[in-house]
Amino acid sequence: MNTLLFAWRSLLREIRGGEVLVLLAALSIAVGSVTAIGFLTDRVSQAVALQASEVLAADIRVRAAEPLEPRWLDDASDVGLETAESVSFVTVVYAGDASTLVRLQAVTGGYPLRGQLETADSLFGDPSKVDTVPPPGEVWVERSALARLGVRVGTTLDVGERQMRVSKLLSYRPDQSAGFTTFAPTVLMNLGELPSTDLVREGSRVSYAQLFAGERRTVTEFATRLNAELPRSVRVQTQGEASGNLTSAIDRASRFLALASLVSLVLAAVAVAMAARRYAERRLDTAALMKSLGASQSFVLNVNLIQLLLIAATASLIGSSLGFVSERALVGLLGDLLRADLPAPSLYPIVLGVGTATVLLIGFALPSLLTLKSTPPLRVLRHDLAPPPPTAVATYGSALAALGALVYWSVRDLTLVAIILGGSGIAALVLYAGGRVLTGLLGSLRTSVGISWRYGLANVARRGQLSAIQVVAFGLGLMVLLFLTFVRTDLLSNWRATLGEDVPNRFVINIQPDEAESVRSILTDAGIDASGLTPLVRARMIRINDADVREIPFRDPDARRFAQREANLTYTNTLTDSNEITRGEWWGESYAGDDVLVSVDEEVAANLDLAIGDKLTFMIAGVELNATIDNFRRIKWDSFEPNFFMVFSGGSLDAFPRTFITALKVEDRQRDAMLEVARSHPSISIIDTGAIVEQVRGIIDRASLAIQAVFLFTLGAGLVVLFAAVQTTLGERRYESALLRTFGASSGTVFAGVAAEFLALGLAAGFLAALGASALGWVAARELFDLQYGFDPALWLTGFLGGAAVVGLSGIVAARSAVSTPPVRVLRAQ
Amino acid sequence: MLSARHLTKQVSSPEGTLTILDDVSFDVAAGSTAAIVGPSGAGKSTLLALLAGLDTPTSGEVRLDGVSLNELDEDGRAKLRASKVGFMFQSFHLVPSLTAIENIMLPMELAGDGEARDHARRILDDVGLGDRGGHYPNQLSGGEKQRVALARAYASRPNLLFADEPTGNLDNATGQRIIDLMFSLNDSAGTTLVLVTHDEGLAARCADRLELDAGRLRDAA
Repeated sequence: MNTLLFAWRSLLREIRGGEVLVLLAALSIAVGSVTAIGFLTDRVSQAVALQASEVLAADIRVRAAEPLEPRWLDDASDVGLETAESVSFVTVVYAGDASTLVRLQAVTGGYPLRGQLETADSLFGDPSKVDTVPPPGEVWVERSALARLGVRVGTTLDVGERQMRVSKLLSYRPDQSAGFTTFAPTVLMNLGELPSTDLVREGSRVSYAQLFAGERRTVTEFATRLNAELPRSVRVQTQGEASGNLTSAIDRASRFLALASLVSLVLAAVAVAMAARRYAERRLDTAALMKSLGASQSFVLNVNLIQLLLIAATASLIGSSLGFVSERALVGLLGDLLRADLPAPSLYPIVLGVGTATVLLIGFALPSLLTLKSTPPLRVLRHDLAPPPPTAVATYGSALAALGALVYWSVRDLTLVAIILGGSGIAALVLYAGGRVLTGLLGSLRTSVGISWRYGLANVARRGQLSAIQVVAFGLGLMVLLFLTFVRTDLLSNWRATLGEDVPNRFVINIQPDEAESVRSILTDAGIDASGLTPLVRARMIRINDADVREIPFRDPDARRFAQREANLTYTNTLTDSNEITRGEWWGESYAGDDVLVSVDEEVAANLDLAIGDKLTFMIAGVELNATIDNFRRIKWDSFEPNFFMVFSGGSLDAFPRTFITALKVEDRQRDAMLEVARSHPSISIIDTGAIVEQVRGIIDRASLAIQAVFLFTLGAGLVVLFAAVQTTLGERRYESALLRTFGASSGTVFAGVAAEFLALGLAAGFLAALGASALGWVAARELFDLQYGFDPALWLTGFLGGAAVVGLSGIVAARSAVSTPPVRVLRAQ
Repeated sequence: MLSARHLTKQVSSPEGTLTILDDVSFDVAAGSTAAIVGPSGAGKSTLLALLAGLDTPTSGEVRLDGVSLNELDEDGRAKLRASKVGFMFQSFHLVPSLTAIENIMLPMELAGDGEARDHARRILDDVGLGDRGGHYPNQLSGGEKQRVALARAYASRPNLLFADEPTGNLDNATGQRIIDLMFSLNDSAGTTLVLVTHDEGLAARCADRLELDAGRLRDAA
């Protein structure tokens, strides 16, 4: 007989029986959750790979905080390299009364040396590639800047002292970060025009870059020369290292999302195991009959293997489609966090999906199905005969191996696999224990309730293990969703509440000493408290206790970068409220000693291994300055006041070039004053921290919405576990329901009993979810945000209602046939 | 056609070793009919299982069409059944996921018969269910199910047919019709028939009567 045909035909008909559907649903959800993430990360990584050669818009990018010597450009031209220049900084541009923070980038002709700019003629026009840069008098602006200003292409913007026309929408530049957009949208202009804006003054935070590109060997040689001759403060970036950083960042994000999808995978695996066992049990009679009619063991085995493969293929198809659609939804949810024009996905996620389905079936379904081949044919005469069940080693060993393989596929790190499997094992045990306790408690309530509830609760208690699995499976997804919705908003609003009303909402930076007086008077006239102008001096640390900073072997690469980078210093004798001395003593209001003292942030001190009394030497505008560490401070950053890692004693930096910085609380009615400050002093930057907080919140909201979407799969997998569990009890339920109805119970009573059982399970799942989410919230509040996290009635209410509604309804749907089958048929079939 | 020699079947139980069949020997000639009768627990079904090679004896031997079942492994016995043996069961044992005609085709297909469908259709007509071929077992009455089972049993033209209480789940009238049908098919095909039954009327229609009591053959007729 044609095994394949037989397998196919009988599978088609088996689909009408529930086990195959549950098996298909569980696998499809697993495949869907894995491929959704797969598609997303595949597209983002592809975008990164496509742009890998473009991330610098050049082969070499040299970047510094000061203007670079033009001779490098000449030298490069001499050896045949192409060159371009770029100057960028953050500033505010205006369109009428509207303003927004942008990253202004001024470039020379030739930019970009690698990749091409893309522009469009209107806000939603089709982008096309261009080979030029903006001509004088024009700027090209990214969409989000236009959106924030509420203007269209063709409008005129105030850029510093200049008015410039927005002639094009800037849709793509090669050196934008691939995948995720940067914080401030870019305004591109011609470098020749920059001086006329008067935006760059002494002390402005500006990034100067020289770009080089050309033939590979020349590039390598030139890069070596640059590295050797340029001072350490200048950063020489080559393509490989730049795209490497980006790739590893994307890699980390992908891994996180993959781990999130693993939660659904594990639950789906539980459902697969349950459904497969039931599927095998239901096929015992057919297997026995076929053997009695002369089918060989291998025929029985092949039929089942082929069916397994067919199920895997179907689930892969359904799951991949689900994943494909979900990925579109995820991209929609992430919105402008992602660049809109991601490339089409490759087929790899489908390979991932097929692999997932196959491995899950092999690990979780195969052990049960393999036993079918040894079904004794005598079962046709003696129904109680069954093949020996798979050994514990086969069952758990293959499950663990399959999970291990899938986790390894996601994280590619054996230690991590061990940690994840161990951690999930412990978490599963804890949750399961919680589930057992809950179902036990529910069972003990049954003496004090009516007949239907007694019947329902008795079922919960009698199938303790199965009940606990259902509670945990559903509770897990609900827990994560509750955490991401309620706890997140609770924490954010708690945090905002701790900030208070008078928290500054504008940062004003780059105030030159000669502008301080006029700025102060504009602000004071408008009723804004502008008493605190904080001086800011830019410097570089060169020695710690006579050791050259570049030679000190810092343990932490971040510490090394911090020590070597340009630092912002201030000096004062007044300790503000947002600073707290943690070691040593503040030098006091009246300090006027000869020693230059410095107070260091305690975390910086720990990272750089600094001690009280250590000597730090700074290079400020070409002059060395020695200072002695006098104390350590803890900084309360969310005061939104200007704060500094290094604070020097009063007057000690008076002689150096400095700018001023201040934080203001600006009411809506005082906004005109800010506009006036910006217009009359173009080089001053005003940063709307209130808007930034809102923007950060928007990013958190979008990101958590996307993560929530991933966990919807977990919820779905939990439901499939519920269905699988109900299926394993369906025969038993039918018999009980028939008995009850034979004894005179109305079908309404039996139905109420089933409803009671699943409502109880749902309430237990909701309780577990709310408890877990609150516990996670409490830990997050303490450890991450330093906040109090209290009882949130809405979270508990939603947990209970959500659990009861979803589990209650699904359970009733899953078990309805047990109630609706006529009792006589059930009893006759026994 | 079928011979049993010194068949003994023992199983271990909590009360010690239990002898279900004790030194049973008999022959059934080709084309003949034999009824295995006896009270519940006498070992009838066990004997049938041993004769059909569904189970193996503790000692003794079954020869089926000259082949000793002892010399075959499970797959070998299955192959022998596929080519020579048909079955009818008290509870019909139709595959619920297959239609009536597909159930009838099943043993023929297992035996590699390329014209299974045509043949199945003919025999379905013979049992009077020509118009029910596309129905699933749950759409058939008990009598119809047993007629499909009967058709399936004869479909592969077995040399030997085993029937386990073929009328046990049917009312008298339906059972009688099935028995008539079975004997008429048996006559026309020349099949050797071995059946287990409680039904004295059915037993009386068989040429041989094998009466089991507590595992022993009481009266070899």
